[in-house]
Amino acid sequence: MQVALMVPCYIDMFYPRVGMATLELLERLGVDVVYPKEQTCCGQPMANSGCYEEARATEEHCARVFGPFDCVVTPSGSCTHHIRNKFTAGADSAEKQNLVRNTYDLVEFLHDVLKIREFPWATFEHKVALHTSCSAIRGLNMASMSERVHDPVFSKPRALLSGVSGIEFVEFERVDECCGFGGTFAATEEAVSARMGYDKLAFMQKASPDCIVSSDMSCLMHLQGCAHRQKQDIPFYHLAEILNGVSL
Amino acid sequence: MSSPVDQAKNAEKFLADTVHEERLDKLLWTMRMRRDAAARQVPEWEELRTLASEIKEHTLSNLSQYLIQFEARATANGMIVHWARDAHEHNQIVYEILAEQGIDALVKSKSMLTEECELRPFLERRDIRVTETDLGERIQQLDDQPPGHIVGPSIHKTTKDVAVLFSQKYGSDPNNEDAAYLAGVMRENTRPDILKARAGMTGANFVVAETGAIVVATNEGNADLSAHTPPLHICSVGIEKIIPTTESLAVFVRLLTRSATGDAITQYTSTFRGPRKGATMHVILVDNGRSTRLGMKRFWHSLKCIRCAACMNTCPVYRRSGGLSYGSTYMGPIGIIMMPTFELRKYSELPFASTLNGSCTNVCPVKIDIHEQIYAWREVMEENGQIQVVKKDAMRVAGKVLSHPALYQIATATLSTALEVLPHFAIYNRLNAWGKHRDIPEPARETFHEWYRNRRRKTDEVTRL
Repeated sequence: MQVALMVPCYIDMFYPRVGMATLELLERLGVDVVYPKEQTCCGQPMANSGCYEEARATEEHCARVFGPFDCVVTPSGSCTHHIRNKFTAGADSAEKQNLVRNTYDLVEFLHDVLKIREFPWATFEHKVALHTSCSAIRGLNMASMSERVHDPVFSKPRALLSGVSGIEFVEFERVDECCGFGGTFAATEEAVSARMGYDKLAFMQKASPDCIVSSDMSCLMHLQGCAHRQKQDIPFYHLAEILNGVSL
Repeated sequence: MSSPVDQAKNAEKFLADTVHEERLDKLLWTMRMRRDAAARQVPEWEELRTLASEIKEHTLSNLSQYLIQFEARATANGMIVHWARDAHEHNQIVYEILAEQGIDALVKSKSMLTEECELRPFLERRDIRVTETDLGERIQQLDDQPPGHIVGPSIHKTTKDVAVLFSQKYGSDPNNEDAAYLAGVMRENTRPDILKARAGMTGANFVVAETGAIVVATNEGNADLSAHTPPLHICSVGIEKIIPTTESLAVFVRLLTRSATGDAITQYTSTFRGPRKGATMHVILVDNGRSTRLGMKRFWHSLKCIRCAACMNTCPVYRRSGGLSYGSTYMGPIGIIMMPTFELRKYSELPFASTLNGSCTNVCPVKIDIHEQIYAWREVMEENGQIQVVKKDAMRVAGKVLSHPALYQIATATLSTALEVLPHFAIYNRLNAWGKHRDIPEPARETFHEWYRNRRRKTDEVTRL
């Protein structure tokens, strides 16, 4: 199976190790991965700010680069949600429709398409505080939502991580409350955003995890920024790194 | 033209006072937990939400027919029905009803509609004294502040704040923060106004077309006191509050209080079918922008709102900003999508006071797609030229770099310029907004793109050998 790897702009710049882990993990699973070199970004930062005009060219470029592939995988629930549900800034085209239909977050791809549950090469004997982004939960239905009290409880990221030997999860309060990143919200409402981040960290820290893990690096970029400012040195990992066998 | 409300700046001020912020956050989160527990007790909760949403959509789609039906029934029941196109007409009608009888004092229960119409200052300018009889609303009136929450108007205040305020206004003990004591002070001071009032006013939670009845839900019983004690009852109601039948009322009564506070029902759910013997009852049906909103393809759904405030209680931004930060009658997620229909420019920044996390949509008892509408409002602000120039410029730069692979690779390839792209949309507003409370991520020595290129080159060489 051939898969085009989409590496979100902020991962490319700040967290290349997450892109590497995703690539290696997919190759380990026997997937034929191509990395289209012309890729940049899905346009979410602009569209999310209401600036559709400014998002158009980036979105159309993204559709041109990834449109020809039958399957596109990205280690970001936020970008997947944007492409699948909010890709309306650019002109409609066959390429775009193809991309919208064929884009998967890494978690969805592993959990729903490849249906992988075991990661025998990985061991992680640590306590994890798992954060799942709002895009992943409420946008992509990757985990149950606390507001929907009658729905069965599930979490695809947790189901995958449970396939890593030795891993333990800590439970913390307000598990699916937003961490406060929110894209450009992080800058336009910096005070509220930072407070939400500090609060999220405090709830997690109360449960004494060894590290914080998420399938969305953008949430972690924000939370890590908050943690560093507070002189907390807890490590942060993308889910792909754990599944690929990183050691603490 | 008024300048836009700077919600972010107001929120920052609210946050600086950690006592109030932490308390509000915890209190409202408790409400959210109580709402979850109440919903858990009702196995058909999601079906009720769907039903409520469908009833509202049906009613709004046949609004004129139901309003006319209500008018006929209510009139037959002995009420006097008025129609008000806007806030001014509404206020004028209230004033004329009072002036005709030479009434110079009014007791009223909480009504967001009268806040929206700014009725109190209108009447006070005409020498009519207004006494709010809802405890929270009275606190806000005495403090000369608008409500901070549509269910608990003074929820952002501590009992200490109230003790100090009452001591200034009523001469009570500033050091006694006991809630029962403070409620007693309020009771002693407003009860005489209620007893001697010649006119009482209420809002309405629901208006039933089939029976011509008005339904008011309160916990303090103050609406009943305000409506029943004086010989004249004026009820103001927004035209979107109408529902077809008593049977459909049951659906909303089951959802309203469970969503608001987690209680099964309010202490008082009163149905007014007509005036008491010897009394007069007026109903004012108010449009004030509602029919315009009904015509908005993307935004008419907000008219389904039953004012439970569940969206505020769950909103992580509201809980940390306080209701007053929105500078508007309706606040929090529902306020964000309603207020721009009143004044686009003034409320043009509100749609950005959200992380689009979607929790509001999930708790809404009438299934308004609140966070989707917030997203859509951002686009409307852009279309109407309401996006700040600095932000627009930053987005233009980002849009240019991100749509050209060569520019993107140059911008991200070196350590110094790598920072250009992210902070460009992080820094644009205030100086280094990201870095004020957070550390900026360190750019990697090598981007993924560069790593991949180098690795592939090596792999290709290996293959050739």
